[in-house]
Amino acid sequence: MLTKRIIACLDVDAGRVVKGVQFSDLRDAGDPAQLAHAHGRAGADEVVLLDISATYEDRSTLLDVVRRTARQLFIPFMVGGGIRSLDDAAAVFDAGADKVTVNSAALADPSLITRIAQRYGSQAVIVAIDALRVSNGKGMSYGVKATGGRRSTGRDAVEWAVEAEQCGAGEILLTSIDRDGTRGGFDCELTRAVVTAVNIPVIASGGAGAAEHFVEVFRDGRADAALAASIFHLGVTPIGALKQELQVAGIPMRWPC
Amino acid sequence: MIAIVDYRAGNLASVRKAFDHLGREAVITADPEVIAQATKVVLPGVGNFEATTALSGALREAVVRAIEREVPLLGICLGMQWMFESSEEAPKLRGLGLFPGECEKFPAEVKSPHVGWNQLQVRGASRLLCGLAPDSFVYFTHSYRAPVVEATVGNCEYGGTFSAAVERGNLFGVQFHPEKSGEAGLQLLRNFCEL
Repeated sequence: MLTKRIIACLDVDAGRVVKGVQFSDLRDAGDPAQLAHAHGRAGADEVVLLDISATYEDRSTLLDVVRRTARQLFIPFMVGGGIRSLDDAAAVFDAGADKVTVNSAALADPSLITRIAQRYGSQAVIVAIDALRVSNGKGMSYGVKATGGRRSTGRDAVEWAVEAEQCGAGEILLTSIDRDGTRGGFDCELTRAVVTAVNIPVIASGGAGAAEHFVEVFRDGRADAALAASIFHLGVTPIGALKQELQVAGIPMRWPC
Repeated sequence: MIAIVDYRAGNLASVRKAFDHLGREAVITADPEVIAQATKVVLPGVGNFEATTALSGALREAVVRAIEREVPLLGICLGMQWMFESSEEAPKLRGLGLFPGECEKFPAEVKSPHVGWNQLQVRGASRLLCGLAPDSFVYFTHSYRAPVVEATVGNCEYGGTFSAAVERGNLFGVQFHPEKSGEAGLQLLRNFCEL
């Protein structure tokens, strides 16, 4: 049976892993390559490295960090942050990434998704969507933010996910800005809304704090994968223990691995 | 020396990295003369069957000659699909036809691509899968799948049963990515190196 994936995310700033609360207040959490390997050994199904300041400060992704991390990592490895062109993506693939995530640049020009997919295959292009709840009087909807959550785009998250799929995205990495770093649980409504609208895998992100949050997002949110950062590398929840708990709760997991 | 055939279809570096890790010399090459010297040949690849267009002419011939020399050949993902006759994804192209049948799309009731860790159900004796735990988890990412044939040594279930691993003599193919499948994948590549 195809299992649900647990993805360990490393938010990287200036070559170090950091973790913020609601996209700010950054704290140092270690060396990316070391943490990636530790997560792999602990049972992570995939590792994501996000260069969180790349777009904002107009820096290219830290290719040497990617290279160093990829060298000994024999599970899928995704890299994002600052990928603005096919050439940026190519450099990240050359450095050892299996998949890239595109965000702000794809919002500005959705054809970037198509161009990367045509060269590297859809499975290699993940569209990252940072969504924020918006109350519009009639009810709740989800707006899309760009540039690390700093800029509104006027787009609707569900509509953008559908468009991204049509452009050739292989997966959606869906982050709830409202929940990011709070450890209060994933936004299951947001996740389910996107999962229902597209036919490609959806990775839920933002808000992981305890095993029951993962159970909720897989069961109620119908996510294909769930991503977390701080609870793994700050050692709050060991991945192996989490996977065992999920397995007991009836969620298919790669465990033991 | 292991020749990793370069036909511009991704994941070449990850495959070489895995062989490096196992202490085996592997080169990424599109040179028929290098392939002619190889003691093993790997056909990697992800993406569209259309990409196998690059596997025509001299490159195709070099691979066919290697097969005639009975050099162990391992097709990975798209590389394995190319070892079948054809694929719905690019119906005009012809595969190597080493295994019978056409690769087809997943049925509409399951999400496509099939992405993630799924179980490899080993059936029958296999030199390639030797030492892998039964129902080992391996990493897949593909939108088309190969049929179960006589040479199928590993099944996978996703919207029905398909060939996850095929083997006949020195011909081997895997739909999943051993270079991305953790310890199980490294064990498989070690087995291939030691053939």
